[in-house]
This record gives sequence, C-alpha cells and structure tokens, in this order.
Amino acid sequence: MDFKYLKEYLGWLYYQYLLITGIYVLEPWEQSIFNSVFFSSVAMVIYTSYAFVPVHVRLALNSLVQALLCH
Amino acid sequence: MSNQLNLLQKNSTAHSAGPPSSRQRFQRPESFENPPMYVAVMTYLGFGIVTLFGYFRDFLRAVGLEKCHIAREREEQKDFVPLYQDFENFYTRNLYMRVRDNWNRPICSLPGPVFDVMERVSPDYNWTFSLTGKTIDDVINMGSYNYLGFAENDGDFLKTVADRTQQYGLGVCSTRQEMGNLAIHEELEQLVATFLGVESSMIFGMGFATNSMNIPALVGKGCLILSDELNHTSLILGARLSGATIWVFKHNNMQSLERLLREAVCSGQPRTHRPWRKVLIMVEGIYSMEGSVVRLPDIVALKKKYKAYLYLDEAHSIGAVGPTGRGVTELFGLDPSDIDVMMGTFTKSFGAAGGYIAGKKELVDYLRSHSHSAVYASAMSPPVTEQILRAMKCIMGLDGTTVGQARVHQLAENTRYFRSRLQEMGFIIYGNDDSPVVPILLYMPGKVVAFSRAMLKRKIGVVVVGFPATPITEARARFCLSAAHTKAMLDQVLFDLNELGDDLCLKFSRRKYSPRPQQHNNNDDTDFELDS
Repeated sequence: MDFKYLKEYLGWLYYQYLLITGIYVLEPWEQSIFNSVFFSSVAMVIYTSYAFVPVHVRLALNSLVQALLCH
Repeated sequence: MSNQLNLLQKNSTAHSAGPPSSRQRFQRPESFENPPMYVAVMTYLGFGIVTLFGYFRDFLRAVGLEKCHIAREREEQKDFVPLYQDFENFYTRNLYMRVRDNWNRPICSLPGPVFDVMERVSPDYNWTFSLTGKTIDDVINMGSYNYLGFAENDGDFLKTVADRTQQYGLGVCSTRQEMGNLAIHEELEQLVATFLGVESSMIFGMGFATNSMNIPALVGKGCLILSDELNHTSLILGARLSGATIWVFKHNNMQSLERLLREAVCSGQPRTHRPWRKVLIMVEGIYSMEGSVVRLPDIVALKKKYKAYLYLDEAHSIGAVGPTGRGVTELFGLDPSDIDVMMGTFTKSFGAAGGYIAGKKELVDYLRSHSHSAVYASAMSPPVTEQILRAMKCIMGLDGTTVGQARVHQLAENTRYFRSRLQEMGFIIYGNDDSPVVPILLYMPGKVVAFSRAMLKRKIGVVVVGFPATPITEARARFCLSAAHTKAMLDQVLFDLNELGDDLCLKFSRRKYSPRPQQHNNNDDTDFELDS
C-alpha cells in the first residue's frame, strides 16, 4: 500500500525533473544519454565529498588550531 | 447569482486604484507579476540543455550518422554562403520540430465553444504526421477569437446570409474601385460609422492588410511614427512600408511616450531639424499577447498637448469591451472624435473576416482613392459582409432582440469570473481585469509542451505561445474567453487547470488571495460530475 504511493510519488518527481531540465522534449535515447552523464557526475561528486571532505576538514582544523596556539 | 454579485463587488473594491472620476472610468491596475528567481534560472537551464542537444544532433546530421529530414543545401552548393545556419533555422530544426504536434492541429468542425479535433500520430517524432481518421469530439475551445459567440451555424441566425448569397453569389471578381462596390458594402460602411459614433468608415477584405496597406497611405517620409513596444506585426509592417521614421516607446508607459513627443517637437527631423510633417501615435486597444488595455485617456491628453495624431487598432477590443461593446473608447467614456484614425477587424468579435478604418469623412474619402487595399485588393465577399451586418445589428439591438446585449454582458461576466478564479488559484496572469484575453505564464519550455498535451488529453484545446512570439523567458498559454462559454464549461476548465497546476507545479504567484467565502458548496459539487 505504502509502496504504491511511494512509486507514484517517485514517478511524479522524475516527471518534474524531466520538465524542469527541459529533457521532456527530447527523444528517449537522448534522455538516456543526459541521465547517464548527469547521474554519473552527481555520483562522482558524492563519492569525492564522502572520501575527501572529512580528511580536508580535519587537516584544516589542525592547522588552524596550531596557528592559534603558536600566537 | 447573488454569490457572483458579491464576488463582483469584492473585486471592484479590491482592485480599484482610487475614487472614480466623474466623467471617465478609472483605470483598473494591470499586473505583470515577476516570477521567483529560480523560475528564470530553470527556464534558461532548460533552453541551454536542449540547445546543446541541438548542436549534438546537427553534428550527427553533418557527419552522416543520421538522416536529415529538413531542407539543406545540395552537394554542389556546400561552398556557397550557407543558407540554413542562422539561429532561426537552428531553432526550427532542433527545438520547434520536436514539439510541433501542439500547433496547427486540424479541426473538423465549427470553431464554436466546443469543437472537434482530428487525431494525429507521428511515428518519427513529429517530422511527419498521419491522421488516424478518428476525431476527438467536444473539445472545449479556449483558443478561438470568438468573443461574442458569433461563430455559429444555426440556420435561423444565418437566414439573411443565405438570402444574400442567393442574391449576390460568392465572388466579387473586382476591386472596390472598379466594379466591386456593391450596395451591401455601402450599407455596412454606414452601419459601422453609426456603431462607432463617427462620420464615415471604409471596409477592407482582410484585417492584416487593413493595417499594412493603409498606414503607408497616411504617413510617408518626413513623418514620425511613435509605436508601442508590443504592437502587432501588421502595424509594424505598415509602418516600415510607409518609409516614415519609427520610434518605439515602452509598453503602456506614458512617461516614455511623453519624453519621445517632447524630443520630436524640440529637435524635429534628424539632420535638417525641420519640424516633422506628422507625428502619429500607434497603439492597440487590447494587446493580444499580454491582455493589457491601452491607457487611452492619458494618450488623448498627450496627443492634444503635443499636437500629434492617434491611430487606434481595436482588433481585439471592438465588440469585446465596453458596456455595449463599442470598444475601448466606450470603456473609458471618451468622445470617438478625439481619436483620429479608428481601425478594427471583424475577425474576432463578429465571426467574419476583414477590417475597417473609421474617422472623419475627409480621411475616409482620401483613403478610398489612395489606399493600396482599396485600389488593388478584391472587395469583401457578400456573405461575409452580411454576416458582419447581422452581427453588428444584433449587438446594437437593431434586429429587435436583446441577444447582442446579453452576449456582451455574458462575456464581461465570464471574463471577471475566470480571471478572479485563476488569480485565487495562484497562477500568474498578465493584463487588465476587463480583457477577455487571459495569458497564463508557464515559463519553462518543457512545461509549455506538457501543458498543451495534457489539456488536449482532458479535452480542452488551448493555444500555447513560445519563444519567437514572446520573450524567451515568458512562454505562456493564452485563453480567449467567449460569450458562448457556459459557466459549466468554465468550471470544467478551471477544475482541470487546478489539477494540472498542481501536477506540473505551475502556480508561481506569490500574492495571497483569500478563498471565496460561499462559492464552495452549491456550484462545485455538481460540476465535478462532468468528468466521470
């Protein structure tokens, strides 16, 4: 019961994505090309932020604390 | 009925700008609300992505991986100056062709309040169409310019038209100047002059040609034309053909117009600084893409102060506004002799074809011999002339019934109801509260296309307008109300608009309107049964 509404809602969200980016007017194979490029770049952004952002933030905080302690 | 009266009173007090002056009607404020910023960003994003894919498909066509369905140069001409590389051809090839099933839909019945649309399918994404043979019946017509509902095929109403066809035949086979001046044309010209309250008028067979062929007869080199930003193509073409200097002022902006008038009077013609031979201000009664009404009292005051002439194109407003349908002069309570050249068309409110120019007798007599349309174009066909005669007599009440007056009132009521309900729902609407042309802003190209297709699926025919006819960020759907629409039809359309507005997220308005107090129970419940 819940899954049916969830599927419908996700379908509606995908429809909004098609309308807003203008992909709605393209042929299906062009839509697949755009989707694959877009979602792979989004996946790369997510992976990079997961893998590198905590390390960079920790290093930045360390150097900030050291700079404050030296003075 | 009393609910609607309450609504009307609420509307007039909510929208009035101030106390009405004694002789003239106050100008209702017109709204051109701006959407939230993210809407403009997404519109540009949508256009950008589709343009990128357009370049990609052009590349595939050039390389030869894809068959090219549209015109291109032959092999021998590849080294010549390219014919199809400009932006307009790019846009047509890559954006318009993908979605052109929303325009030029073939219709197989009278364009009344409901009509029948032929069903088309396209196997190759709108490059070619084939008709299936089936029709989509009883589609509610929200796109035809049928303001007073005179596009009808009832035998009783058309009896005089049939009689005249028996008497005169269909073709005139001549121009007005040679052998084409029929008695029925003179009758119509006198009736039009009486209808508008002017001395004399002249009729032409085509509305577009009325503008484009008569403006060159009125102004020439050494004259100045001050034309509104959003004037129709026929006015612009006529102005360019005349050879006069054209200055453009901002839409309905009186400060811009006054500045241009002062400049014209002070500095004169460009190099010689002689005074201009004539200064002609060209405006329209209702602008069909915006639904806005011209500020006629201000323009007449300016014209008298700076000694200019006024050309008023009432294509959409004649018959559709004003308490008795006489157009914008009656709406503002002005004297028709203040306007030098009154022009209008019979296509919209009278259900026929053609145009007229009316004014002082000297002006119209001059046009009879100097206008290209009068001298060279074929005269108006007799059944069309009789249709205009019967429609005009109906509006004026000369046929002894009150049908015409009832239609004018019905149109005004439909306009007020439709506009107020749309504003409450949260759509962005442009234009004046009195104009029967209602543009709903859709902005994004994907939504424009989805809207048109979804409305046809729900059996409502709408006209959507996109980039070349409107600015690139302001794509819209334009609704033309008619006196022939019943309240049930309007409620059906409003219900579907409400659902589509939620489905496609089209309700961009950020103004707050309180919901109507009593209208929820009695009307809405019964109307929802229509779509079972």
